[in-house]
Amino acid sequence: MLIKRVSDIVPSEITPERVYRERRQFVAGALALGAAAGAGALGFSMPRSVSAAAKLTNLLKSPLSTTGEDLTALKDVTTYNNYYEFGTGKEDPSENSGKLRVRPWTVAIEGEVKKPKTLDIDELFKLAPLEERVYRMRCVEGWSMVIPWVGYSFSELIKRAEPTGKAKYVEFVTLSDSEQMPGVRMPILDWPYLEGLRMDEAMHPLTIVCLGLYGEALANPNGAPVRVVIPWKYGFKSGKTIVKIRFVEQQPKTTWMLANPHEYGFYSNVNPEVDHPRWSQGRERRIGEFGKRRTLMFNGYGDQVAQLYTGMDLRKFF
Amino acid sequence: MRALNTLQKLRPEQVSRLKAALFIACLIPVLRLGWLALHHGLGANPIEYITRSTGWWILTFLLVTLLVTPLRRLTGWNWLLRLRRMLGLYAFFYACLHFSIYIWLDQFFDWQGIVKDIGKRPFITVGFAAFVCLIPLAATSTNAMVRRLGGRRWQILHRLVYAIATLGVLHFWWLVKKDIREPLVFGALLAILLGARALWSVRKVTAGSSTAPRSQTI
Repeated sequence: MLIKRVSDIVPSEITPERVYRERRQFVAGALALGAAAGAGALGFSMPRSVSAAAKLTNLLKSPLSTTGEDLTALKDVTTYNNYYEFGTGKEDPSENSGKLRVRPWTVAIEGEVKKPKTLDIDELFKLAPLEERVYRMRCVEGWSMVIPWVGYSFSELIKRAEPTGKAKYVEFVTLSDSEQMPGVRMPILDWPYLEGLRMDEAMHPLTIVCLGLYGEALANPNGAPVRVVIPWKYGFKSGKTIVKIRFVEQQPKTTWMLANPHEYGFYSNVNPEVDHPRWSQGRERRIGEFGKRRTLMFNGYGDQVAQLYTGMDLRKFF
Repeated sequence: MRALNTLQKLRPEQVSRLKAALFIACLIPVLRLGWLALHHGLGANPIEYITRSTGWWILTFLLVTLLVTPLRRLTGWNWLLRLRRMLGLYAFFYACLHFSIYIWLDQFFDWQGIVKDIGKRPFITVGFAAFVCLIPLAATSTNAMVRRLGGRRWQILHRLVYAIATLGVLHFWWLVKKDIREPLVFGALLAILLGARALWSVRKVTAGSSTAPRSQTI
């Protein structure tokens, strides 16, 4: 008799060879890219994601992971990014983030909390068991990926900070260092990049403190060493390189709202019914696919998160 | 100095050779895309890459086409005029590629969606308008059509290119999310090229009516 055993192994551990091979290709690609950059006399450094990837072990498989979707290739996840601190081109982050020092690193927890503290990055890695969370990621520009993130629910961190009754929102402050981040030297956005969530959104189990992807520590183009991921919102809500988490009473001002309040709202939930003023949000191109697919309400996480917005006019609170 | 003198008086066969070389050079952007496509060099989002790239080249060809007249005027290199039609047609060629990519790879012949897009999205509306306006210019680019229309009427029709280039820059401007540096550069170059023409035509008017009071020229 054939006994089928349910595997506890997370997807990324099943595919180390593929990841390994992809990394080989990535190195070759990076070399070619580097040669091109050298020719342009711009100077270049090898993407850190190639050299510094630290394997994360004992990852738990999460029931909150998205299933039945093909993962986006690691190479695409690490070379196609919106991360204006390193430039506005999609490949700029992978080309320019090599010099970012991700250790030592601390994250300050402050504001309306009983236990304000500064957490070291190593403490963050040990704060809760690391889980693999496979999520869809939908960019406001109309493309999407499926990424096996590593992290744990943001609520784990909130519990330890013990917010006071006044804490109604969470604000994420990210690194703004013009020495390490060439994009910060340009006034394209107001630096530092700020993001925020309502308290119940931050407490939602799908919202994670993210420390890795594809079974390894986060690559620099993806927001190393620590970021958040909120899978039912457009990608820009998921702030990278977090240095400060503030619990506040008033709704925080976020960078894209400040940049263009008519186009980017505080909530920015993925919503095919509410178009961006300049383009449709009805469909998206999954990176690695040829055609376009329909965009799902709340990026397909409506069953879990729709109740957060009961009674709210999502056209008004876009 | 001697080189400049040579450029002043290029022989017809030299111009022909130059034109042939330019014809091939203008194909490099599309050949490059083909090469990159075969060698997985178009990045994670190939369709976006080729759409952006062809769009960039349309604007570049439009600006280069618009550069011919002022450059000729400043340098006296009359042979430049013999290259203008080809440059303009290359702008149209890249516009056709750009538009086909949108219809085919971006929208997958979803005509309803395309019509909605053109009507609803200002950046697509202006881009589409620019493309439509390019068609009569390409169609009347032959010597026979110039004769049929008559030089004056042909010239008036082809001034549409000023509007086309302006719409093209707007199309790019309205499309970018925040970093408008590149559309700004295209816009500034276009402003210079159109501004020079405006200045010259104002001067021509004033020179032609020297008896008119000064205030009229302002």
